[in-house]
Amino acid sequence: MTIEIPNFTPAIPEIFVLTMACVILMVDLLLTDRSRVVTYLLAQATLVGAVLLTLTSMSSTSVSTFGGMYIKDPMGDLLKLGMYVAVFVAFVYSRDYIRLRHMFRGEYFVIGLFGLLGMMVMVSASHFLTIYLGLELLSLSLYTMVAMNRDSGESTEAAMKYFVLGAIASGMLLYGMSMLYGATGTLDVAGVKSAVAQMKADDIILVFGLVFIVVGLAFKVGAVPFHMWVPDVYHGAPTSVALYISSAPKIAAFAMIMRLLVGGLEGMVASWQGMLIILAILSMGLGNLIAISQTNIKRMLAYSAISHMGFFLLGILSGTANGYGSAMFYVLAYAVMSLGSFGIIVLLSRQGFEADKLDDFKGLSKRSPWVAFLMLLVMFSMAGVPPTIGFYAKLMVVQSVIDAGLLWLAIVSVLMAVIGAYYYLRVIKLMYFDQPETSEPIVAGADMRAVLSINALALLLVLPWVGTLIDLCRKAIQAVA
Amino acid sequence: MFTDYLLSLVIWLPIAGGVLVLLTGDDKNAPLARWISLGVSVAAFVLSIPLYTHFDPATASMQFVEKGATPWIAAFNVYYYLGIDGISLLLIILTTFITPLVVIAGWKVIKEKVALYMASFLIMEGLIVGVFSALDGILFYVFWEAMLVPMYLIIGIWGGPNRVYAAIKFFLYTFLGSVLMLVTLIYLYYQAGNSFSILDFHAVKLGLTEQILIFLAFFAAFAVKVPMFPVHTWLPDAHVEAPTGGSVVLAAIMLKVGAYGFLRFNLPITPDASHELAWFMITLSLIAVVYIGLVALVQEDMKKLIAYSSIAHMGFVTLGFFIFNPQGMEGGIVQMVSHGFISGALFLCVGVMYDRLHSRQIGDYGGVANKMPVFAAFFMLFAMANSGLPGTSGFVGEFLVILGSFQANFWYAFLAATTLIFGAAYSLWMYKRVIFGKVANDKVEALEDATPREILFLAILAVTVLVMGLWPYPFVEVMHTSVDHLLQQASVSKL
Repeated sequence: MTIEIPNFTPAIPEIFVLTMACVILMVDLLLTDRSRVVTYLLAQATLVGAVLLTLTSMSSTSVSTFGGMYIKDPMGDLLKLGMYVAVFVAFVYSRDYIRLRHMFRGEYFVIGLFGLLGMMVMVSASHFLTIYLGLELLSLSLYTMVAMNRDSGESTEAAMKYFVLGAIASGMLLYGMSMLYGATGTLDVAGVKSAVAQMKADDIILVFGLVFIVVGLAFKVGAVPFHMWVPDVYHGAPTSVALYISSAPKIAAFAMIMRLLVGGLEGMVASWQGMLIILAILSMGLGNLIAISQTNIKRMLAYSAISHMGFFLLGILSGTANGYGSAMFYVLAYAVMSLGSFGIIVLLSRQGFEADKLDDFKGLSKRSPWVAFLMLLVMFSMAGVPPTIGFYAKLMVVQSVIDAGLLWLAIVSVLMAVIGAYYYLRVIKLMYFDQPETSEPIVAGADMRAVLSINALALLLVLPWVGTLIDLCRKAIQAVA
Repeated sequence: MFTDYLLSLVIWLPIAGGVLVLLTGDDKNAPLARWISLGVSVAAFVLSIPLYTHFDPATASMQFVEKGATPWIAAFNVYYYLGIDGISLLLIILTTFITPLVVIAGWKVIKEKVALYMASFLIMEGLIVGVFSALDGILFYVFWEAMLVPMYLIIGIWGGPNRVYAAIKFFLYTFLGSVLMLVTLIYLYYQAGNSFSILDFHAVKLGLTEQILIFLAFFAAFAVKVPMFPVHTWLPDAHVEAPTGGSVVLAAIMLKVGAYGFLRFNLPITPDASHELAWFMITLSLIAVVYIGLVALVQEDMKKLIAYSSIAHMGFVTLGFFIFNPQGMEGGIVQMVSHGFISGALFLCVGVMYDRLHSRQIGDYGGVANKMPVFAAFFMLFAMANSGLPGTSGFVGEFLVILGSFQANFWYAFLAATTLIFGAAYSLWMYKRVIFGKVANDKVEALEDATPREILFLAILAVTVLVMGLWPYPFVEVMHTSVDHLLQQASVSKL
């Protein structure tokens, strides 16, 4: 028996991240608390290295390896670049925050990197098993990160909830996959696709499997009515972890949806379109409405995330290549906005104080006009007010929905956007129209301030190149679809 | 030639200036912020003058056209595409003319966050000019929505006691109106063969039902901005709570953006629906003229009174548009410009008194003429102009619209003409109660007359109002061809 040695080249970024994560884990053992910053720097260096590796190997063709379980394609490369940047920024924002809370340990970064590895596998998976493998690697890392602040009851509770509900979701997904396996006899994404094409689209086992897959995915992206974990986890997790959860994993979730629904089950678009429409409307509606009544900004952002996922699903459910491109642009734009918003919460937090109440934002424009301005940009962008990038993201998904002939859905979604605008405006109101309750100075490292400024300003200054970015997303998708 | 980029300059100079002003930082550098703002706003006005002098009134096609060689957003065929005709020209000059006055008006009064205040107005000026000159649907929408942001801050930060409510109401009301327009723009994009060019929209063939729905979607956006009855309720709140400069910009410019939308979108894109729904528009306009005129009569708050008077006058504008004859439309446009000067001037007058007495209630005043004779004279002129006195700009527009409505229907003209009575009643009655009579109380006794700074901006507006009233030709001349072209577009059925 001969064992064929697979082509490792396409997976070099993953191999690199894995190796580095192990190395960092080892190196960290030799470090004292005072020199722990080396771990941080190594983790960041890993991300920079991964960016370079992915950039140098980018091409417009798809390469499949590991017996068809892994695929490297333009969409994957672009998404990975987005995830590296998101994780990089999340680490920068985390550093001071976790140091003040005695979480500045090597594990934080190592688990963060393992989570990234899981996401990378999800992005490049072309086999149901690989998708599941990546997803579980990510999820287990996230459960641990949420519980990282072990003395906090809230965090532990959040981690438990996340774990239990996440496990149910994974179970659903697996069950759906097994159904599909039963119906098609294969777990290979491309194989499922061709098998589905042979079968009737309303085949009962296929539809049964599809329902479970969609439920599992909805759990993972946090779409209503499978959203219950999102507010608790965002609220309970340390802010720096919520920051991590709210950015890169959303990008990975997009990839998972692309691989499963579009890659594998595109033949059943008529079935999953209807399901996603319901999920999207509920998410946009409920997310935006409940966000209004929140007094904790992390919870508010959690409900905002739910509504954003609703908008993002609009792009997917339009079922066209351009629609997928819109969803991809949306999720990348959302990751940047989300990083900015949580970054500002982290910036305002001090030792023994979490700036997670909405009231903590009162009069921010007096305490720090610059930070208030950055938050203003982020909020307007999330509300989808031009000229910020959030508007173009919404424009694209609405346009793809109209393109798909769902004019009514487009109208519903823009009306939901108006409801959503209210609570974003309220944050701006607190910052600019109210008087500050504290005059505590805002302390933050220069690196954090610089990255945060770039992060928020990017939402506005990307304006002249927004067309180029959209094209990039569309091209990446066209190479896949 | 420099005229090739003139529109871009007029748009981006104030925006860049606004950013520069923001960079001056906190109130230590307030004088610097003020002077830069004045310089930039005057420069923008000077730059907009060649738009008028180089404008060719003989053609109805777009002039000073700028179109990017490559699309700005290739995926949707969105171009950076600008151009103006005679209608937008006047409104652009109105915008660049009013902004320096607003800067001067806020010179001493605004003491907190001066840089942010001045920058908001400058940025808004650029965005509004952008709205008037955008020829690409998405570009238009970007300018249109972005302009809410500075206005939201202006009302919310420097406004009166109830400012937060007013600011959020203003934003959500106008945002709600606009999003339906966005959906319509995208719909038209597909109908026009993947083009967002507004001129392409004009040429699209549409069925009647389609047209009516499109008309209503645009109506939602523009009627809120105008504002037309019954979606006008945000305006009195926003006006009353906004600082003087904010009220001036709202009344003088921002309301015009809505009316401009009707001319640029509704009439040429949906001509059949416009005719079909003309009764609806005329009814709403006449309700605004008559009913809101009566509402204005009973206001106790001067700013509210002028706000309701603005709604009534804007009713005249929309009435003029939807009777489909040259007098009506030209009258409507003249009325837009003239109302910009007059309402701006009235809000500045109220501001002058408010800065001294910190009250807008009519009841707190009385006998102001004894203490502020120069100011009283200016206020008199603007109150008269607001009631449509011949010889002032207010007369020209109202007269033309009434003339036009006579051709359409006697009763339209009859109801519209009641504005001459109501307008005179609420303007002059307010004037009487505030200015004439005995000195009402000690606070009025302590009033001092207008300062040279105040006389400066009041005098500039007074001269403008009189010139436009006595010699309207330069204003009418430039728009004549464009109006004819628009009427012709509106009369050709697309069915």
